[in-house]
Amino acid sequence: MTQSTINPPFVTKGYACRVVDMKKEYVLKSETVRALRGVTFDVPEGDYVAIMGPSGSGKSTLLNMLGCLDKPTSGSLWLGDDDVAQMNDDQLADIRSKRIGFVFQAYNLIQQLTVVENIQVPLFYQGRSLSKEQHAKTIELAKLVGLGQRLDHRPTQLSGGQQQRVAIARSLVNNPYFILADEPTGNLDSRTTEEILQLFEKLNDEGRTIILVTHEDEVSKRAKRVVRLKDGRLQWDRTNSQEVREAAAKYAIENMPVEE
Amino acid sequence: MNIWLGTIQLGVKSLWLHPMRSILTVLGIFIGVASVIWLLAISKGIGDEAQRQIESLGADTIMIRTIKPPSEKMSAQGLTPYGLTREEFDLLSTSIPTVKSSLPIRELRRQFQFKDRKLDGRLVGCTPEYFEVNRLEMQDGHFITDADCFRRETHCVLSAKVAERLFLHEDPIGQRIYMPENQDFYMVVGVLKPKGATAAVGGSMAAQDFTNDVYIPIQTLHQRIGDMVMSVRSGSREGEVIELNQITLRVNEVADVKRTAELVESALSSHSKMEDIAVVVPLELLEQARTTRAMFMVFMGMIAAISLLVGGIGIMNIMLATVTERTREIGIRRALGAKRKDIIRQFLIETSVLSLAGGITGILFGLLCGPAVRGARWLAMEWFPEQMAGLPDVVRTVEPSIVPESIPGAFLISLIVGVVFGIYPAMRAAKMNPIEALRHE
Repeated sequence: MTQSTINPPFVTKGYACRVVDMKKEYVLKSETVRALRGVTFDVPEGDYVAIMGPSGSGKSTLLNMLGCLDKPTSGSLWLGDDDVAQMNDDQLADIRSKRIGFVFQAYNLIQQLTVVENIQVPLFYQGRSLSKEQHAKTIELAKLVGLGQRLDHRPTQLSGGQQQRVAIARSLVNNPYFILADEPTGNLDSRTTEEILQLFEKLNDEGRTIILVTHEDEVSKRAKRVVRLKDGRLQWDRTNSQEVREAAAKYAIENMPVEE
Repeated sequence: MNIWLGTIQLGVKSLWLHPMRSILTVLGIFIGVASVIWLLAISKGIGDEAQRQIESLGADTIMIRTIKPPSEKMSAQGLTPYGLTREEFDLLSTSIPTVKSSLPIRELRRQFQFKDRKLDGRLVGCTPEYFEVNRLEMQDGHFITDADCFRRETHCVLSAKVAERLFLHEDPIGQRIYMPENQDFYMVVGVLKPKGATAAVGGSMAAQDFTNDVYIPIQTLHQRIGDMVMSVRSGSREGEVIELNQITLRVNEVADVKRTAELVESALSSHSKMEDIAVVVPLELLEQARTTRAMFMVFMGMIAAISLLVGGIGIMNIMLATVTERTREIGIRRALGAKRKDIIRQFLIETSVLSLAGGITGILFGLLCGPAVRGARWLAMEWFPEQMAGLPDVVRTVEPSIVPESIPGAFLISLIVGVVFGIYPAMRAAKMNPIEALRHE
């Protein structure tokens, strides 16, 4: 069970997550690496944030924190009324299965499972048996991402784009606070990238919150907002105007290689 | 509940990803479990045979045998009587309340003759009880009766071999055989069915062999031959004076055997100086045989346990490799909400599925032990008859007898092996940092 704090110090309603002065230090042998040196930002519900930054900027560390895979050394991460920084390993796992939707660069589907079973994995670890509604929802999600005809396929029978769409369906199955996508288009060609980005836009239009980590400008321009990290600190946090987003989308479509 | 079922399904699926590897791993446990059942069944079969031989002596009997005392105890001149006496027989059979029946036996080496055919054998003077005590069976006619004894009739009963050798195809019943040493004739009243030897009783005696026996009433023997027996051996005359060679007592209940044996020994304590008798209690032999058998089975069980251990190590080895190979899957599962205990459960179930598959197939194969041993023996007899004939009887006749406890035992052991040898790989999997596991290529 998640540990709930009775009085959060500030309003959490309306936010997918709030990051408050988050610091993270690693001890590597005798050296202390300060990966995050105090990062603060909020993600309101329905937002579409791209997190950018060069390697070594603390981007991956922040991703791990947001995904509840790791705990900050100090500071807070508020998901709803819970401060993730205070949780133990099992509680983190519980949050991951119930409120986080992961999408990875390498899709990370489980090879021995079918499309439907892969989508159900987070539900499996919620510890309850699968209800009929949940099963129906899984199939609906598969249809939503355009894989309604491939429910019983295995990951090896799918293309990269299809696999990534299964992963997106999986990230939605537990109705998460936000979708956390780590370079989701990194392994895909530009046509498939476009498909995935359009899917994200569609989901965002439906009200889903998306946090996307990327180092590609073309991708970050499609988000509503870009947060840039440098040397473990927030460098800037700006909103993409509607024009910028539309121009980026248009550019991507125009420059797509012609299909032969 | 569903998470367990789901995990079992998942485990089977994961194992089917590498069918060859899984089957080879299962084979280790399979051999271990099957060998537990086989080795126990075969050693029980051997033990049962030994026990059956001893039981044929009778668990409720006590045998007191006359043995030839060491020569320094015998007086130099004349013949010293030794061994059991008729007086002692009367004493034992009447004064010990737990004795149900008693049987005196006098044995002599004698030559038997019919027409021109001669045969050396054993002349046994006994009473009708002999028939029952030694579990003899009649082929023809009847055994010595009380009336024969009472009237000191010169009636005799032949063992199957004697009848066959002396009479060939003639019917022996009513015929007379001749004993040249006594210039005496005995009329055949019965012929026995062939009977195998029983276990040897006591250190000084060979296995009891009934093949060349001729039975007559002991009273007749006493009257017509007497206690002193002279024989000519390498030119000098030798003699012995013995009243009885053996007394067999049957006790009311097996529980009374030990107490009765103690009474018998104290009643016969005067013989301790001469060292001319030996008290043999088949029950004690039986208990010794049981102990030996138990030790044998423990030993066989240990050998089988070693093979199970090897199978278990095989499982652990494969699971460690699997855990490394599936690091990424573990990372994915952890990222999607699997707790450490979920990962432990997943891998423990996989090892348990492996070992239970080995256990169950091993048990099924173990149950085929009897037909398999018979089949193998039959094949060996067909193909290598000469070599087989040279093997000891035990090998040629052993009937495996499955120990019922070995089946649930083997099942349980295989489950335990799966869990014990699965714990370490499962812990390793669960301890992985999900972030690093996800990064693993």
